[in-house]
Amino acid sequence: MVKDYLVFLWRAVLLSFTGGWRFYTWMTVLTVIAVIGGNAYTRQLAEGLAVTGMTDQVSWGAYIANFTFLVGVAAASVMLVIPAYIYRNKDMHDVVLYGELLAIAAIVMSLLFVMVDLGRPDRFWHMIPKIGLFNFPGSMLSWDVIVLNGYLLLNLHIAGYLLYMHYLQRQPTKLFYMPFVFIAIVWAISIHTVTAFLYVGLVGRPFWNAAIVAPRFLGSAFTAGPGILIIAFQVITRVSHVQITDRAFRLLRHIITASLMINLFLLACEAFKEFYSEELHNSSATYLFFGLHEYDKLVPWIWSAITMELVAAVILVTPPLARRMALFNVACVFAIVGIWIEKGMGLIVPGFIPTPLGNIVEYTPTWNEVFVCLGVWAFGLLIFSWMLRLAIPIMSGQFSKASGINLKQRAAMEGGTS
Amino acid sequence: MSSEGKGTNRRNFMKAGVGTMAALAAAGGVLAPLRSVENGITLDAFLQQHYRRLDADTLDSIMRRLEEETGKKYGAQVHISDPKPMDGVEYGYALNLSRCNGSRKCVTACMKENNQSRDPEIQYIKVLEMPRGSFNLEHSDHYYEHETVPAKDTFYLPVQCHQCNNPPCTKVCPVGATWTEPDGVTVIDYNWCIGCRYCMAACPYEARRFNFSTPKIPREEINPNQGYLSNRIRPRGVVEKCTFCLHRTRKGKYPACMEACPTGSRIFGNMLDPDSEISYILRNREVYILKEEAGTMPRFFYYFET
Repeated sequence: MVKDYLVFLWRAVLLSFTGGWRFYTWMTVLTVIAVIGGNAYTRQLAEGLAVTGMTDQVSWGAYIANFTFLVGVAAASVMLVIPAYIYRNKDMHDVVLYGELLAIAAIVMSLLFVMVDLGRPDRFWHMIPKIGLFNFPGSMLSWDVIVLNGYLLLNLHIAGYLLYMHYLQRQPTKLFYMPFVFIAIVWAISIHTVTAFLYVGLVGRPFWNAAIVAPRFLGSAFTAGPGILIIAFQVITRVSHVQITDRAFRLLRHIITASLMINLFLLACEAFKEFYSEELHNSSATYLFFGLHEYDKLVPWIWSAITMELVAAVILVTPPLARRMALFNVACVFAIVGIWIEKGMGLIVPGFIPTPLGNIVEYTPTWNEVFVCLGVWAFGLLIFSWMLRLAIPIMSGQFSKASGINLKQRAAMEGGTS
Repeated sequence: MSSEGKGTNRRNFMKAGVGTMAALAAAGGVLAPLRSVENGITLDAFLQQHYRRLDADTLDSIMRRLEEETGKKYGAQVHISDPKPMDGVEYGYALNLSRCNGSRKCVTACMKENNQSRDPEIQYIKVLEMPRGSFNLEHSDHYYEHETVPAKDTFYLPVQCHQCNNPPCTKVCPVGATWTEPDGVTVIDYNWCIGCRYCMAACPYEARRFNFSTPKIPREEINPNQGYLSNRIRPRGVVEKCTFCLHRTRKGKYPACMEACPTGSRIFGNMLDPDSEISYILRNREVYILKEEAGTMPRFFYYFET
């Protein structure tokens, strides 16, 4: 059995480096971007966080914004898990695994974004319970460390187990994964709720210190996550022989439509609360939506985000429009980008503006910071693509213990489309 | 396996070889900026435990090591000690806003006393210039520059760490690197902080500063009398804050900001001593605290008395 597994690993390694020209090009481009990002991060290690645009006033920026968005993407994979495993929806069963792989990649990215934000990454071990000093349950950040790593392990186990069983062409044993699936569902909600509570718990920041933040996190996550999956599935069907059923797409469309509506509704609730009462605590929201005095760097961003989300909403709720794949894709991309702005920089930066003592210091990421962000994204996509490279032939039965097919033939098959 | 398969394998190994070479070259390129780092992290520093887990001997050897490092890095002979909190002492601070004239002498004295970086500039005390008739902090000017102070129709609100009874900052720290001492001072173990800056997001008084760069202080301006938990020169990448000058106050001296104040607006002392000046002020003046609604219960009070 151990031998089988080792052979599987070895064959997987070989398969990872095999593919058509498109696969090589894609992986090379991602590697190059990741390496550039790595270089930018090393510069940050050498010179300190002074190479970022962050200040004492705006002490979190693009890193934490991307972290927040990606936790949502990871959590959203649960929206595939529920219909697939609980309602035994056959169409979703085929795609749920890819959702779990996306969750793994997203969690890895969000953990990396926390790492690159640390002033002293060399002291990371201080967070390890017992060896270090883990401030649990006091700090919400320690909760976040637990739920994010736990979610990563859960998904690694579920996806890894199912893939390996597929490879062996054996029926997976329910006991070995179903309990974890149920835990993962609750866990997915928790990772995003806990991440919201990171901000909600801060009494000195009225923009974050609001109950609506956690529900809004979930609404936006369940829009952006399935949106990314819809795009990914189309790429998968284009470059491989995997077929994703129309019904699976339709279900994802329903999810993204409903979630986007909920997100927009909650946004309206928030806007009403902030602006109708005209109290003083709405300065951050004023800064975000209209600018404060002469400071208005985020205004074009947030209105682009809202416009994109509204356009996406109109397309999604109008069946004749949504049925046209090109428009549907536009809606998905708009929803993803809109939420990335709104729940990234649009959530993090205004929390710091104005400061608790009424000072206004604006924030713009530096190029070095942007390169680090791109590097993390490229690395995450690299992991996701690599996992798909293994998972697709496994799921379609081309890559299995029994498959006598040799690498060259397989390469020819895979590359057949290229 | 067929001969064809072997051929593919060989080609794959070639590819892997080329890939490995490229990866090594890339790694070299990625790591290039690290060559400019002056001092790497020593194993001792890397493995150092949390302050509250150190025995006296270990702490002593750490302080000697830090003295040596400061000597090498800044060319200054310094003495680092670790004065402990005194029994029966809880510090309190009161500030008379009617007297403060916005000279910012406290800011400068604090900077010198506490070895704050001159480049980039770090200061623990912010003096807010407020227009008369408003207590909305958003109307304050943090960067006022006048030939003379006080400016007309303004008053000044100096803010520094309020050493809260219920500090939001210590609660959020994921590694317990910041805590409140028995005498009421919230401190940071600069060798334990991981630099996540969550405490800065949590503080309602903007009292914490982050070392985005390695602090720069001219050798002749370094205050050699340093406390482990207070004014020793901070490493890069960690958070720092006002400690009520505990290296002074725990030895019976006043904080540097109070000594520097030209108007006598600042009153500091032991709140547990009924005969102290601070106790008298708290009993007999209408003192108030900033952002009472935040529930932080500061040990820093304001009052008006002309």
